[in-house]
This record gives sequence, C-alpha cells and structure tokens, in this order.
Amino acid sequence: MAAIAQRHYEAPWRAKLRLFLRGLSINWELFKESRVGLIGLAIIVFYGLLSLSYPILMATIWDHEIYNPVSGYDPVVVQQGGQHPAPPSARHWLGTDQHGRDVFSQLAYSARSEFFLGVMAALITVIIGTLIAAASAYYGGFVDTFFMRVADVAVLFPVIAFLIVLSAMFDLTLYSLAVVLGLIYGFGSITIVLKSQALTIKVKPYIEAAKVSGGSSFHIIFTHIIPNLLPLSFLYMMFNVTNAIFTEAVLSFFGLINIQMSWGMMVELANIGGYLTGEAVTRYWWLFFPAATSITALCAAFYFVGRGMDEIVNPRLRKI
Amino acid sequence: MRKYVIKRVAQILLTLYIYVTIVFIIVAAQPGDISQVYISNPRIPQEARDALKQRLGLDQPLHIQYVNYLKNIVTGNLGLSFTNYPQPVWEIIKERLPRTLALFLTATIIYYALAFQLGKLIAWRRGGVVDYSATVSGVVLWTVYTPWFGLLLIWIFAFQLGWLPIGKFIDPLKWRPFIKYISPNDVFNYILLYGGGGFVVLFSVYLFAQRLLQSYWARLSVNVGAVLLTAGSLGYLLFNTYPMGYLAQDILWHMILPAFALTAIGFGGYMLLMRDSMLDVVKEDYVMAAKAKGLPDKVVRDKHAARNALLPVVTSFVLSLAFAVDGGIVTETIFSWPGMGLTLLRAVVEEDLPLAIGTFVFTGIFALIAHLIADLLYAYLDPRIRYT
Repeated sequence: MAAIAQRHYEAPWRAKLRLFLRGLSINWELFKESRVGLIGLAIIVFYGLLSLSYPILMATIWDHEIYNPVSGYDPVVVQQGGQHPAPPSARHWLGTDQHGRDVFSQLAYSARSEFFLGVMAALITVIIGTLIAAASAYYGGFVDTFFMRVADVAVLFPVIAFLIVLSAMFDLTLYSLAVVLGLIYGFGSITIVLKSQALTIKVKPYIEAAKVSGGSSFHIIFTHIIPNLLPLSFLYMMFNVTNAIFTEAVLSFFGLINIQMSWGMMVELANIGGYLTGEAVTRYWWLFFPAATSITALCAAFYFVGRGMDEIVNPRLRKI
Repeated sequence: MRKYVIKRVAQILLTLYIYVTIVFIIVAAQPGDISQVYISNPRIPQEARDALKQRLGLDQPLHIQYVNYLKNIVTGNLGLSFTNYPQPVWEIIKERLPRTLALFLTATIIYYALAFQLGKLIAWRRGGVVDYSATVSGVVLWTVYTPWFGLLLIWIFAFQLGWLPIGKFIDPLKWRPFIKYISPNDVFNYILLYGGGGFVVLFSVYLFAQRLLQSYWARLSVNVGAVLLTAGSLGYLLFNTYPMGYLAQDILWHMILPAFALTAIGFGGYMLLMRDSMLDVVKEDYVMAAKAKGLPDKVVRDKHAARNALLPVVTSFVLSLAFAVDGGIVTETIFSWPGMGLTLLRAVVEEDLPLAIGTFVFTGIFALIAHLIADLLYAYLDPRIRYT
C-alpha cells in the first residue's frame, strides 16, 4: 500500500519546477505575440553576443598592443601612408579613432559595461522598490506615509542635474554611478506603482489565511506578498535599465564620469576632436555613429522588452 | 477643496525641506572645503585660509552651518559666483531663467497637444500599420540618445540646408545698435508676456466655447476667430514694432531648432502614454454604451474616451517636471542656449560651486512650485482628484 502511494508522490521541488516551466512557456507564448518585444529581445541578444565577442577576439586574433580599447595604437596604418582616424577596413572593422584605437574593440568592450551598469542599477532599484512597496502596503501608517513622501521627493528629483552636481564633488565611477542611480530610482516612482499593486495583494484571502494560521509579518511579506509583486517588479526593471544606460551615456558625453571607455564617451571623444561639426560628420561617421546608434538601440531594446512583458503582466492591456 | 489645498501645500513644503536638506548633506559630505581649493599654492598662508573659513562660517559646527544655510535659502541669499566674481548667484539665475522658460513653455505646449491628438488616434485604430509604426517611432524618439539627436538636427538643418542658425540665442550683428539700452532679457520678457498672454486668451476662449456654445459651427467659428485674432495681433507686434519685434524675431529664429528638439524628445513618451491610457478606457462599459447608443464614432472617441484617458497623462505630466529640467540640460548644452541647464553644467565644469548649488537648489524649488500649481489647477478642474 505504502509503495503505491510513494510511486505517485512527486517531490515538491519537482512539482514547483514543472509549474514554473509551464508558466514560463505560457508566458513565452504571450510574449511572442508582441512583435516589439521580440525585436527588443533580438537587439539585446545581439549586443550580448557583441560583448562576448570582445574577450574571445582579444584572446584569439587581436593583438593587445593594437586593439586595446583604451591604450591601443595601430602604427601599421600610418606606416602604410594612412592616418588616424582611419576608415573601416578588414584590419579595423569600424575604423580607428583619432588616437589610433580600434572603434569596434571600443564598442564591444563598452557593451559589457553598459550591460553591467544597466542591470546592476536596475537590480538595486527593484530590490529597494519591492521591499519598500511591500512593507509600506503591509504596515501602512507611519511607514507608508514616510516612504511615500520620500518617493515624492525622488520622483521630482532632477537626476541628471543632481549627478552633474555630484560629479563636481565626488569621483563617479561605473560602480558608484550604478549604486547612486539604483538608490535614486529605487525610492522613486517604482515604490508608488508597486505599492498600489501590493495593496491589492494584501486584501486577498490567502493573506488572511496566512495570518490566521499564525504567519509572522516577515513570513507574509516575504513568502506571500513579494513573490506576487515580482512580475511587475521585473517589468519595471526593464524600464530602469533603459534609464540607467541613458543617464550614463549623457553624463559621459559631458565628460563627468571617471570611466575608461563607454559609448557616451566615444561620442564625447568625437565631439572634442571636432568630428561632429560641419563636413566631418559624414566623413568620419564611424567615430560616433556606431556608438550613438548602440546607445539608442540598447535603450529602445530594453524598453521594447518591457512593453512586450507589459502585455503579459498587465492583463488589462491584453487584446480582448 | 480648501482642505486639499492645505494638505498639498504642507506636503510640498515638507518635500522642499527634504530636498534642500539632501543638497546640504551632499555639500557637507564632500571631502575638504572651499579653503582647500588652492592647497597646492604656497603663497596662500594658513592665516588666509582660516580667515576665509571664518568669514564663510565654515569653522562653525555642522548644525549651525545648517541653520545658516536654511536661513540663506529662505532669504534668497545664494552667495556669489566664483567665475563671474562680484555677481551674486541670484542675479545670474534671474538673467537665465526667462530664456529657459521661453524655450520650455513653447516646446511643452506643442508636444503636449500633438501627443494628445496622435495618441488618441492611434489607440482608436489599434493594431494597424499606423499604430505599429507610431509606437516604434515613439519609443525611438523617447529613448534616442539626446546629444546625438541634437547634433544630427544641427547638422541637417543648420549646416547642410542652412535654413536655421547653428547655435546661441542671438545674432550679435543684429543686436549691436540696440545693445546699450535693450538687453536680451527685456526681449525675452516681452516674448513671454505677449506669447503667454496670447496662449492664455486662446485657451480660455476655447474652454468657454466648449462649455457655453451648443452648436458645432458656433464653437468652430468662435475658435477660428480667436486663433486668427491672436495670431494677427502677435504677428503685428512681431513684424511691425521696432526694435522689440525685430529683436524678438531674431530670438525666435534661434529658438526653432532647440524647441523642435525638445518637442521631439517629449512627444514620444506622452504619445505612448496617451495610447496606453486610451486603450484602457476603450474597454470601459460607458464607451461600449456610447457606441451601442449609436453615437458617431468621432463623438465616442473625443468626448467619452479621450477625456477620461487624459487623466493619467496629466498626472504623469505633473510628475515629470523634473525630467524637463534634465532634458533641458542636454538640449541647452547642444544648442548653446544660455539658460539654466547650461549654467548648471558650466558651473560644475568650471568648479563654481556656489553657482552650481544655487542653480540646482533653485531649479528644484522651481520644479516643486510648478508641480504644486499644476496639481492645484488639476484638482480644481477635475473634482474626482480631491476625493481620492
């Protein structure tokens, strides 16, 4: 008898995994319907591959002296009678900049730091936002009022202006920028949106049931409210990646960040070198066009994926 | 209503206080202070540094500095700028503010109206080619790398086609005969006064026509008449007064490109928001009921759906005033438009700390007050807000 019962018994983790996979495939079906979401995903995969290509190329066919994105220099171009910035060729797929460095290598190298910055800032934002939203929806009262007032300030905070002022006093690196951005956005509008969602979760019967069966506040927040908030949090994470990448690009365009190489900096270098005025814009297009297009494309890609997910997470947006 | 106003004002005051305090904490947290700036210069003796510290109150304990700082902000004393030495920060802000305002108000009014109309239309025809391409271009405009976009506009319209000026806000040659007795700011105030006045007149005529006149043709003729009259009188002021109109022409000529850039940037986001909000409303029962009643499609769209869909868009507009400040820094820098944004960036790059902090604090206060006004106006116009 016991043996038969055991045969039908499924381990909890296995059941959870099966449900998770099924949910994933249902969501994927929904996501596939949104064409913009797929386009966004394709762009993200493309830039992911680009950032992967940098270490691979560096380890195999690229010479460190020549192709280093920050300190490289290619003497061969000058020896052959050319001059830097050199146009795209088989040797330099996107040409070189005015200091003789390879533009494609810069582009690929920067892709990784853009991903890192965007995802890290967005993760910090989402973690803070979700925790605050769950806590202020659950406890209400003073906690709620306090964090909502803080959110009022954060929403009205001119982030770029603030970071410009901050850069005058502190040394902003990629890491500190990610943390600062994550903090500012984390206390901002995301808490308001997630809190209103958490309020609708809080009145669900299973929360009552958990309370009646003696669950602590901590237990209820972490095992019942937050898991139900996560889809929406994840959606807002996408939008925050866009924000973070864009902010970094603007700040490095002004030359205010202490960073080795980034897409915004590539545009800034072209601007400082005077390659963005007059005739030079079309003649030296490879200096700024790949970088500026990449910023726009990656920002748009995360936003597109966010919109595609919006149709899964927000049932109100689904087609009737 | 009164209770709501008091509550909002109190909230904004609290927010202002937090904002100002954050700025103070950042300044206090930075390593060193102003007396350390020329630390490597051996010709400045320690006594001079101490005297400077004492004169600026930096030798006081932190909480007294904080009280002084709050006192200074309340009395509008933002200190002296380093780079324009004897000039107080407040004077500089007073000089730059109208320029930013003129640029922003123009761009905001245009993109808001455009986004409302287009968002409404594409949501009504969801799923078509127009909807799809408008969504994609909306996202691209919203996420486009702003410095690059601005440079591209300059390159196309100013350099290649030569239609518009490349940067700056006035043409010095045109101004030379008048510069002794007319400053650019007089002209900016002139533009703001008459342009803003014209807009207010038009908008109130439109509102009254909507409320009071029943027939479609009467409303149309009143609106068209008001537009023609305002345009005619503004055109007269612009083209027939000398030198004010003449100089205003020059400024407006320089304003076209930056205003266009700001419009394009702001437009995308609001169009998408209007579309989403409209899609939400279209599913409501009252829209279905209006359709079932046999009302014309256009009436259902404009009167039943679009008006309700506008609500979240206005809320987001009120909330995004800070974003306008950020977008302004980029646009003003690219187009060398000497407004608040460019002042802030220059001050930071040139390490003119009083000017940078002053501009930043002032911008924040300004955005908060604008927020309050927009909020109250909105609550006045829409009674549903007050009760939530």
